[in-house]
Amino acid sequence: HYPHPQNSNHKLLSTVDNVCLGSPFHCLTDINFVFYSTLKPSLQILMWYDRSNRGSEPFVTGVRGQVPPLVTTNFLVKDQGNASPRYIRCTSYNIPCTSDMAKQSQVPLAAVIKPLATLPPEETLPYLVDHGESGPVRCNRCKAYMCPFMQFIEGGRRFQCCFCSCVTEVPPHYFQHLDHTGKRVDFYDRPELSLGSYEFLATVDYCKNNKFPSPPAFIFMIDVSYNAVKSGLVRLICEELKSLLDYLPREGNMEESAIRVGFVTYNKVLHFYNVKSSLAQPQMMVVSDVADMFVPLLDGFLVNVNESRTVIASLLDQIPEMFADTRETETVFAPVIQAGLEALKAAECSGKLFIFHTSLPIAEAPGKLKNRDDKKLINTDKEKTLFQPQTSFYNNLAKDCVAQGCCVDLFLFPNQYLDVATLGVVTYQTGGSIYKYAYFQVRTDQDRFLNDLRRDVQKEVGFDAVMRVRTSTGIRATDFFGAFYMSNTTDVEMAGLDCDKTITVEFKHDDKLSEDSGALLQCALLYTSCAGQRRLRIHNLSLNCCTQLADLYRNCETDTLINYLAKYAYRGVLNSPVKTVRDALINQCAQILACYRKNCASPSSAGQLILPECMKLLPVYLNCVLKSDVLQPGPEVTTDDRAYIRQLVTSMDVAETNVFFYPRLLPLVTDVDSDSLPAAIRNSEERLSKGDIYLLENGLNIFVWVGVNVQQGLIQNLFGVSSFSQISSDLSTLPVLENPFSKKVRSIVDMLQVQRSRYMKLIIVKQEDKLEMLFKHFLVEDKSLSGGASYVDFLCHMHKEIRQLLS
Amino acid sequence: MATYLEFIQQNEERDGVRFSWNVWPSSRLEATRMVVPLACLLTPLKERLDLPPVQYEPVLCSRPTCKAVLSPLCQVDYRAKLWACNFCFQRNQFPPAYAGISEVNQPAELMPQFSTIEYIVQRGPQTPLIFLYVVDTCLEEEDLQALKESLQMSLSLLPADALVGLITFGRMVQVHELSCEGISKSYVFRGTKDLTAKQIQDMLGLSRPAVPIQQGRPLQTPEQPVISSRFLQPVHKIDMNLTDLLGELQRDPWPVTQGKRPLRSTGVALSIAVGLLEGTFPNTGARIMLFTGGPPTQGPGMVVGDELKTPIRSWHDIEKDNARFMKKATKHYETLANRTAANGHCIDIYACALDQTGLLEMKCCANLTGGHMVMGDSFNTSLFKQTFQRVFNKGFNGEFRMAFGASLDVKELGIGGTSQWKICSLDPSTTLAIYFEVVNQHNAPIPQGGRGAVQFVTQYQHSSTQKRIRVTTIARNWADAQSQLQHIEAAFDQEAAAVLMARLGVYRAESEEGPDVLRWLDRQLIRLCQKFGQYNKDDPNSFRLSESFSLYPQFMFHLRRSPFLQVFNNSPDESSYYRHHFARQDLTQSLIMIQPILYAYSFHGPPEPVLLDSSSILPDRILLMDTFFQIVIYLGETIAQWQKAGYQDMPEYENFKHLLQAPLDDAQEILQTRFPMPRYIHTEHGGSQARFLLSKVNPSQTHNNLYAWGQESGAPILTDDVSLQVFMDHLKKLAVSSAS
Repeated sequence: HYPHPQNSNHKLLSTVDNVCLGSPFHCLTDINFVFYSTLKPSLQILMWYDRSNRGSEPFVTGVRGQVPPLVTTNFLVKDQGNASPRYIRCTSYNIPCTSDMAKQSQVPLAAVIKPLATLPPEETLPYLVDHGESGPVRCNRCKAYMCPFMQFIEGGRRFQCCFCSCVTEVPPHYFQHLDHTGKRVDFYDRPELSLGSYEFLATVDYCKNNKFPSPPAFIFMIDVSYNAVKSGLVRLICEELKSLLDYLPREGNMEESAIRVGFVTYNKVLHFYNVKSSLAQPQMMVVSDVADMFVPLLDGFLVNVNESRTVIASLLDQIPEMFADTRETETVFAPVIQAGLEALKAAECSGKLFIFHTSLPIAEAPGKLKNRDDKKLINTDKEKTLFQPQTSFYNNLAKDCVAQGCCVDLFLFPNQYLDVATLGVVTYQTGGSIYKYAYFQVRTDQDRFLNDLRRDVQKEVGFDAVMRVRTSTGIRATDFFGAFYMSNTTDVEMAGLDCDKTITVEFKHDDKLSEDSGALLQCALLYTSCAGQRRLRIHNLSLNCCTQLADLYRNCETDTLINYLAKYAYRGVLNSPVKTVRDALINQCAQILACYRKNCASPSSAGQLILPECMKLLPVYLNCVLKSDVLQPGPEVTTDDRAYIRQLVTSMDVAETNVFFYPRLLPLVTDVDSDSLPAAIRNSEERLSKGDIYLLENGLNIFVWVGVNVQQGLIQNLFGVSSFSQISSDLSTLPVLENPFSKKVRSIVDMLQVQRSRYMKLIIVKQEDKLEMLFKHFLVEDKSLSGGASYVDFLCHMHKEIRQLLS
Repeated sequence: MATYLEFIQQNEERDGVRFSWNVWPSSRLEATRMVVPLACLLTPLKERLDLPPVQYEPVLCSRPTCKAVLSPLCQVDYRAKLWACNFCFQRNQFPPAYAGISEVNQPAELMPQFSTIEYIVQRGPQTPLIFLYVVDTCLEEEDLQALKESLQMSLSLLPADALVGLITFGRMVQVHELSCEGISKSYVFRGTKDLTAKQIQDMLGLSRPAVPIQQGRPLQTPEQPVISSRFLQPVHKIDMNLTDLLGELQRDPWPVTQGKRPLRSTGVALSIAVGLLEGTFPNTGARIMLFTGGPPTQGPGMVVGDELKTPIRSWHDIEKDNARFMKKATKHYETLANRTAANGHCIDIYACALDQTGLLEMKCCANLTGGHMVMGDSFNTSLFKQTFQRVFNKGFNGEFRMAFGASLDVKELGIGGTSQWKICSLDPSTTLAIYFEVVNQHNAPIPQGGRGAVQFVTQYQHSSTQKRIRVTTIARNWADAQSQLQHIEAAFDQEAAAVLMARLGVYRAESEEGPDVLRWLDRQLIRLCQKFGQYNKDDPNSFRLSESFSLYPQFMFHLRRSPFLQVFNNSPDESSYYRHHFARQDLTQSLIMIQPILYAYSFHGPPEPVLLDSSSILPDRILLMDTFFQIVIYLGETIAQWQKAGYQDMPEYENFKHLLQAPLDDAQEILQTRFPMPRYIHTEHGGSQARFLLSKVNPSQTHNNLYAWGQESGAPILTDDVSLQVFMDHLKKLAVSSAS
């Protein structure tokens, strides 16, 4: 057993628990500032505490309503009937029994679900259950899948659904006797009776057109316009693909990947390639009728990599040569997606398009765009248009893609505005990913791009997926956030779903819950595996219910809460002015905290700011969300950046939002011999020493900050130059030097890169250099240049809001 | 004076012209009373071994509306160095180069033997010949293989600097780029969507971006050849490349489900071919050569749907107005043909399939542009292979016997103004029928003793890419039809007249319905007999025709039965095919088509031509029939028995062996020269293929009258058609009848 947060060591946290401030709120003087700043809760300490207390023992999921360790803590999970927190995390593990209570607290009830999450090698993958032709056993009424919470009755002849209470006959082939406790005798033999997560092999009834699917296909679609060729991008992609194609995802024990590949290049027109294995040379087929896209060939477009190896190699060798002298600068975009979609349709399979694109598609074609970037719109009512697509064409296209199971991954290499908000629509709605490399240069960006590409191609992925979240009576899923498409209110459709994609689901009450039975979630994901097998992945989670608000506040998880709030706010900017969204966020948090103050905290003076144990960090995180580029852009943030980040955050999991909003700042000049990461420090300039080197990461970038007074020896060791002034700030990697310090720093960087789903861009920042402005933007506890509040100021502000609500 | 027969023959040999009337009636009314119109058959590029072209420009009449060419018929004033145009009477100065001209020093064009003369002129840049292959890939494997081989072979027959292009089609249309190394590249178009020429050119990247003209900067020379060269390349540069490309051509890869026809986008393929040439090489000699193995089944120009259970339209459907796609398809191809003609290009159609391929709808493509039309059962037959090879036959100079982008001017005296036609492709045997109208009113006839003159000016691009002008000037006497009817009668060319009437008839049949044409033809024949026959009223037995008319009714009898006017037993495609060839062959070939030639081989004497009559079918004869489209060798009953008994292999019956061989040799000779290759049929008495012979001969003996004749000569024909004898009897009766 392990200590629960609510029973945690008060002595250690006494300085940060129940922040008490004696001075009246109306005179926020320097003295107050000192008070707040010394007493503001530190997330670094909390993380360290959680890590040291809960990282040592595995998290066993057998008990209902347990709060898992923080996402920053390394821990193992043992599945004993509930889904691992790697798959599902909730804002609260104790749900108010009534909707009134929920409304009063204003604590959102949400689950962050990552159905295909990667597990550490020590944990076992969900077992695959094959029930043969009859398929998985399901409740007759609500169609919930067999799970550990189903109650077998009448000696095992029937079972009562844990979600809707309906009683269903047990099919004869599934019958088993019960033991004296009412458990089935085969309880431990059957994953679906004993585990929180498992998979069923789907029958033909679960397939499109009642036909088992063919293996999916990957289509690589490369922009070969002037910019792409000249920057060396085309050559780079072709070179990389030659080796990368050997690492296509494959099902566990298979020798080679079942995925077929196809190639398209394009500028104003599209070039398809016939790479049939019997050909001596690949054949190029140009389609210039972009207004009415079609696939010019069937046989030979999608091929097995091994069979067509030489033809593909020849093609990839020749593509950069063929377009070496191109002078075509215009590109099309929508026809490219249409082409991929049509190709998958013709091949009757699902799949993924990898589109490498460089510019705003202004060539005459469907989905043609114009440059509508206008920074003047910021802070006006029209700001929302910057996040909306400029035409509905792409929404319709996305719908068609989803219907076919055509997922679109987009790699963007813009040198100027290319309207990510519009180009990303299809990617976003098909469950794809966008990668953006502004001002791409092979020398500095190739590592990042190639690592992203490798990971994106190799990662585990499912296709043509439908996710349904079922809940026990009393609550139901009402809202969904993430990269997907919904044609009705319950089914989350994703043309593709990879191991990094996360869906945040919000729940609302529709009835009373009881403390006894608790609340259950079942997330069922129907998808086609990379080998073309139709499967169902089931995740179950049981939660407690409470009648006391204190129980709710004791079982919350701030990281998850922030994940939900950020996604909620980021969706809000599509429809409301950014200021409204920001105010609503502040207001909701103030209400949450005020409710706690009013109902749970011991009586104290109104001048005291009292935060619940589990939400101590809510203000600091919330401030980070409010200061983020989407909600409060700095002058250097482009419209495309904002649209990109908005979409990116929408499918982030809890760990990613955590570090994205509050970056990790690590001092590098520490004990060189230690294996572990140095302890993080607060993101504030006052914590930086001129004589030290620091590392800051937020999931997208890694900054290495070098103080002006750093010892020459350290500089020599890390950068291989003799003085501070000689450090080049356009390094994209640290030089490989044979000394302990260099090794240590590089190993830290590598360790961080491995943890993230995207390869982070390394930026060297010298103190008092131009780039430092950019770096300071991420020192989130400080006042930001764009007007974002410092932690202390924001804490003051929150306190004021709470007191207003209480009075 | 020699006989008219000799005169006609001499004229034909020298000028390639045959008139229906060699003495012309002098007014419009009289001309119409002649029944057979005043018309001529002109073979503009008739091969003349004795006619070396001259290397200078023709001298033209200076009147802008006339521009007739100086000819032997012009009056020349050698002293004043003037000549009078014989068409408009304008007096013209000779150009400076003619300063040395005198009665004894005449330029060739003034000499009487040069009534036909050919000039080589240097005008504009020489453009290479262009051959654009448009190839159907919805073929059976062995058909495609044969076609590929034929196409590969053809590359070696093209002049080295000729440009070639390749378009393939099936469900999609692919325009192949020929200049690329390594990866073969093609532009692909949807087969269901008609595109405008501009769209096609844009999509192929042929339209040059509008370069704003900047002042102070010399205009760049247009780089058109560079642009277009991606699709049309000189043979010598890419023949290896193209041979490989053709070799790698695969059957259309799109799956064809059971009970369906392959989707074949012929309409779009042709449209793209036309658009490609239109954009790159307007007004240069270019052939679009379409090779198709079935009917167009989708997109514009589709002739039949892809459901196999609905058969392609028949004459029956057309009569019942049941041919769903015919009108729309015809319109599509007509539009294309007109555009092609406007660009001076031509379209050949090589259609090889067992079923129809839509020639009916597509015929205008070949007809309006002077292209070839070839119909066969399969590309894997010698009929196609040899015909195709013959397209590229070289003349005696090693030059192609084809000419491009010709235009024909006709200038006449006293009759109408100038007329011009554009014929995009000509070969030495292409023969045009030109119908004239005498415009003088009856009360103001051409004065007696006058001579009418006609000048044919044919400008064309010779296959050596030279621009050439051939000028033929001929003259005929005018005569008053009332006082000099016997002159006119004697100058009647019944062979030319038969062909000219037949062409009119075919033209009418194409635009009207069958039976009406036959009635019209009969009426014309009766009127002609009434006008020129000698008879007593209401006495059929007294009816006589003069020698110059004697064969004419027989021609008409066979014409009535010919596939050009009868559609029974022929598919619409076959009719279109027969009519196409009938409208372009010279007089001799046309006559063979109307009335096939029948030769008999027997031990009774040397081979001899015999009557095209059932009485000619005798047991101890071998017959050789040439219908132009078919060569039939028919062994009589006895001969066939002898052959079965193997007499030809016995040394003592060597003469029988020779007898069997003789018609084969003669047939070979015909096969060698004929274009398109005729179908070669070897059959015998009672053989199923004998129907080809039996359907052509005059059914003088049928199952109806066999016993009445009561003798063993000839073979009875199972038909209800009337025989020539019955036909003649009726004709006589009607001609002499006073009622009509």
